[in-house]
Amino acid sequence: MSQGEYVALAYGVVLVFVLVWVAIIATKLVRLERETGELAELARGRRSDG
Amino acid sequence: MSSRNNLPLLAFLTAGLLGLGVVLAFVVAPEDADQGISQKIFYFHVPIALTAYACFGLGAWKALRLLWVGGERRDLESYTWIHQGTIFGALTLITGSIWARASWGVWWSWGSNQLVLFLVLVLFYCAYFMLRFSVDEGARRERICAVYALFGVALIPVSFFAIRLASDFIHPTVFTRSGPQMTHTMFTAFLVCWAALTLLAYVMYRVELVGKRTDAHLRELREALT
Repeated sequence: MSQGEYVALAYGVVLVFVLVWVAIIATKLVRLERETGELAELARGRRSDG
Repeated sequence: MSSRNNLPLLAFLTAGLLGLGVVLAFVVAPEDADQGISQKIFYFHVPIALTAYACFGLGAWKALRLLWVGGERRDLESYTWIHQGTIFGALTLITGSIWARASWGVWWSWGSNQLVLFLVLVLFYCAYFMLRFSVDEGARRERICAVYALFGVALIPVSFFAIRLASDFIHPTVFTRSGPQMTHTMFTAFLVCWAALTLLAYVMYRVELVGKRTDAHLRELREALT
């Protein structure tokens, strides 16, 4: 590998780390949205029961 | 503007500073006479390492505050800072390893104290997560994790000064008592990259903290509703 390719690799690794972190946070956000929806459904069910 | 809603602004500022840092490092700063283009790794590698130290230090500070004045939120804050520190620590090792390969012809040198000490620091904090997830949630876990985080901070000055005290001189020392050993444009590029990566760590910390707190609130809500 040339010196320039090593530099590209180093900066690329940082970019990939940040993108993986964003993907993990996005997955968590989807889960939180689903759980919030379930709880809202539960609250609506309780309100209609009571 | 409250601290809660300035997160998008900080995220945009981080993106802008990162872009500016890359432009300054690759377009404005001159190529190093000794190392050539491989020296460009310096502009991200050193700020990432300094950010990792800062994250571990802040994790320990939050742990100290937890032991001192208590508060469940400080446990979460300490944990989140240490998580950021581990991410940036791993990035330091990877970018450093690539730079070592480009400059010295090897991916790693076990004979270099500063490299091994930084690895020990990162592994120490990796073990923090094993400890954290092996103890049941509660006040006991908060105290154990806080004490562990505080012990780890002692490794930071050892790791930091090892670069200056090392006898092998393989790892370059750019900042000496007579100031930074680089041109003004190189130093400006370094400072911008350092600010950008520190801000990136802070934004990541805040986003993770919001996620973890929302998670905890949802758990409480679920318990209350079922």
